Amino acid sequence: MELINKKGVRMDGRKPDQMRDVRIEAGVLHRADGSAYLEWGGNKVLAAVYGPREAIPRHSQDATKAVVKCRYNMAAFSVDDRKRPGPDRRSQEISKVISEAFENVILTEEFPRAQIDVNIEILEAEAGTRCAGLTAAAVALADAGIPMTGLISACAAGKAGGHVILDLGKAEDNYGEADLPVAINHQTGEVVLLQMDGDLSQKEFDQALEYAIRGCKEVHELQKAALMKRYASHNGGGEA
Amino acid sequence: MIPGDKIDDSGRYKAGPGTYFIGRDIFASRLGLLAERNGTLGVIPLSGVYNPRPGDLVIGIVTEVGPSNWMTDINAPYPAPMHSSETPWKIEFGETAEYLRPKDAILCKILFVDENKKVQVTMKEPNLRKLQGGQVIEISPAKVARVIGKNGSMSALIKKYTDCWMFVGQNGRIWVNGDLPMIQATIDTIRLIEAEAHKSGLTERVEAFLKERAGAPKVPTTPRMEAEVQ
Repeated sequence: MELINKKGVRMDGRKPDQMRDVRIEAGVLHRADGSAYLEWGGNKVLAAVYGPREAIPRHSQDATKAVVKCRYNMAAFSVDDRKRPGPDRRSQEISKVISEAFENVILTEEFPRAQIDVNIEILEAEAGTRCAGLTAAAVALADAGIPMTGLISACAAGKAGGHVILDLGKAEDNYGEADLPVAINHQTGEVVLLQMDGDLSQKEFDQALEYAIRGCKEVHELQKAALMKRYASHNGGGEA
Repeated sequence: MIPGDKIDDSGRYKAGPGTYFIGRDIFASRLGLLAERNGTLGVIPLSGVYNPRPGDLVIGIVTEVGPSNWMTDINAPYPAPMHSSETPWKIEFGETAEYLRPKDAILCKILFVDENKKVQVTMKEPNLRKLQGGQVIEISPAKVARVIGKNGSMSALIKKYTDCWMFVGQNGRIWVNGDLPMIQATIDTIRLIEAEAHKSGLTERVEAFLKERAGAPKVPTTPRMEAEVQ
């Protein structure tokens, strides 16, 4: 399989440093305190935030700060073969790394003894769901009015067919050489999540990281636009 | 403002609620609208939960009865106990259930909030009481200020048209009592305010809505406050 041809064009017609289309909508669920729906290429993700509310069970409370409880879940119908429902090793790991990423940006000290629930539901998966989930959850958190130092946005880069590429598609993820999901806090530029699957040389890693951060910045603009749109009518729109 | 947006780097302002600072730079920490007041920059949130502050008047709902205290839900992330000595009644140990039972709504005041956000409420002040009759509705705590209006102008407007008793708790719970059709008109008006809280010209629209729903302003009837106090 040729993941990227001699002209540097990828299987889906993208250039090496080109992202898939991303669409974000904030405030889609009425029962949740904050929510967002995101489409990233073939990924469809719904994120809902509840809280801060009293942490239950009591032993999970922290007297000095709120705990962030993230639950990443893939729907049974989100992949080609039916996925056995329920938490597995992979989704537990992703839930953990996403919780830890958010604990870095949420001003948890403002809500001691409370918990903030972040639910990420993958409705349809096509490579890069942890980045898509994180991006959607960041918008949902902002929509829920939770104080944060900045918005998190995420994007993956990697290597496929011998080329460093941005935002891996499904075939590139499955048959490529490496995958590097990165999430950054926009205000400080801090990296809050970085994982790597596969091998990259130092030079390739540097380039992949640069691509990923550039991707994060692109995603950040879309997150901002989604939040602005949610409250556009509230800013005196309609009658100016 | 979106979390992380830089609000100011001149160093001439103080960082207010909804913001944080690094050196001279002030950044927004919440989604909301920027507001400047007496040299302090703050962000007025568009959403979020109720964060209890001492002195706030809130509507609590009793969830548990203990021998000498009650647990109340004040719509905050934290449960709020009320000791039997913090009531206008003289209560013997173990007789708490004769005064307040679970699901009773009370008008109470936040007595104190400590650094661990341990909250206590009190009813030991004039006008604080058990709410009997009427209805309690919930709105987003971020919209409470709009329902009250500047110096209570919005709630006064609603009361003028509907002649209802209304009490707006800082925690987003509102108690309404009066004639049944007027209670419904009041609730619909509050829902309108909640939906359009950040649009301009709100007062005019609310007044037009009230005229349509409730008719002409009513002559205030005698205060019903006395009848309501237990």
